[in-house]
Amino acid sequence: MNVTVRIPPTLRTETAGEREVAVAGSTVREALQDLTTRYPQLAQRIYADGGLARFVNAYVDGEDVRTLDGLETHVRDGSTVILLPAMAGGDAS
Amino acid sequence: METTAGSRVEELDAGAAQALLESDPPPVLVDVREPAEWNQGHIPGATLVPLGTVVERIGEVAPDRDRPVLLYCRSGARSLRAAEALRELGYARPMNVAGGLVDWEARALPLVVPSSLDPDKLRRYSRHLLIPELGEEGQLRLLEARMLLVGAGGLGSPAALYLAAAGVGTLGIIDADTVDDSNLQRQVLHSTAALGHPKVESARERIESLNPDVDVLTYEERLTSENIDAILDERWDVIVDGADNFPTRYLVNDASVWHDVPVVHGSIFRFEGQVTVFKPREGPCYRCLFPQPPPPELAPSCAEGGVLGVLPGVIGSIQANEALKLALGIGTPLVGRLLLYDALEASFTEVALRRDPDCPVCGENPTITQYVDYVEFCLAPSAGGVSRP
Repeated sequence: MNVTVRIPPTLRTETAGEREVAVAGSTVREALQDLTTRYPQLAQRIYADGGLARFVNAYVDGEDVRTLDGLETHVRDGSTVILLPAMAGGDAS
Repeated sequence: METTAGSRVEELDAGAAQALLESDPPPVLVDVREPAEWNQGHIPGATLVPLGTVVERIGEVAPDRDRPVLLYCRSGARSLRAAEALRELGYARPMNVAGGLVDWEARALPLVVPSSLDPDKLRRYSRHLLIPELGEEGQLRLLEARMLLVGAGGLGSPAALYLAAAGVGTLGIIDADTVDDSNLQRQVLHSTAALGHPKVESARERIESLNPDVDVLTYEERLTSENIDAILDERWDVIVDGADNFPTRYLVNDASVWHDVPVVHGSIFRFEGQVTVFKPREGPCYRCLFPQPPPPELAPSCAEGGVLGVLPGVIGSIQANEALKLALGIGTPLVGRLLLYDALEASFTEVALRRDPDCPVCGENPTITQYVDYVEFCLAPSAGGVSRP
């Protein structure tokens, strides 16, 4: 499956500035594995204890993978995975 | 119900009308009198469509012609004419309250008596009054609404300006900072003349000059576990969260759940922003998404921040819009939906947010029952001591 992963702006330092990365995989886990193989520094920013860190959410075609099958959620050809880490940036300063 | 001879307009007395209004779904209720009469009292749930404008405006008030439309006026004469006009337009069930409001009042049925707008307000808010979903009743609601802005910065600026202009009667503003020249690229609430002044004071001056109808309550302090309950006790209808740091985000979230106040949440970074509404018990809270803040070493670095000046204008304005919808009870708020905006792509994306039954604050068995003062992760180099996205 060809899947697009959208990289949030706060993680783009780890992806050399890439906003979207085309990866392969049939589950979210495989897709992210492909992603972190290419951008190893991303791994420590999104994983903890063998799963997604609790301050990072992943959405497949608009649905939170936690409400689906977690990292084992299947992705379709053409699916978009959005990574969304907690972001404080409200800019009151 | 009786049918007038030669006409398909159903006529009913006020008692039967009230029973009908309590049915599910109720008919569309239309008051065809003039605004001055309406202001002296009208039936709850009615929409004002003066007789002379019925043909032109009924389509927006009652788009579904198969749904019953119940019309009334003072005595039942004008509304009968309106009902006949609706029949001509193809409405299936136009109905008339035969005795009108006279009969309604004689039975001591409930009335809404709006404290009507004075001539200045009628002019100032005329573009609101023209919107059927808002009208004078909605405007009066806004004038009685109390909204709390957390932060008078990038997001708080447009939100405060639009909410003030819209006539939100009370705006509370929390911000401990002073206006800095690096703020002015995006924080349109503040001016060059206000450099060095407390942001809450700068905000107050700007809002009061924009709209004297607004009461501005200022809190020149940071939210902490110590002061948050006292501030939240002041009966806010909506919180607009434009905070710039995790400790405040989590305090606002926990307080909003415990005080049952909806939060319109916005955040921005460079060219991208996100906005959602956390409405306690109806949708998820911030901790359903992120139960804990990230550890300091993994929190987004402040040094790589920056924000396009107009971006908070877009996101803060959407926050203001959501806040107005919540106060008015109209439309579909962003509850359980996170709207992502990418200014470079000029695209909006939506993801679904769901309640987490195991949420530590709003879940079935909460494990967090008192405020947590998280450590500030990301100290700005300035004396303000706040993070700087």
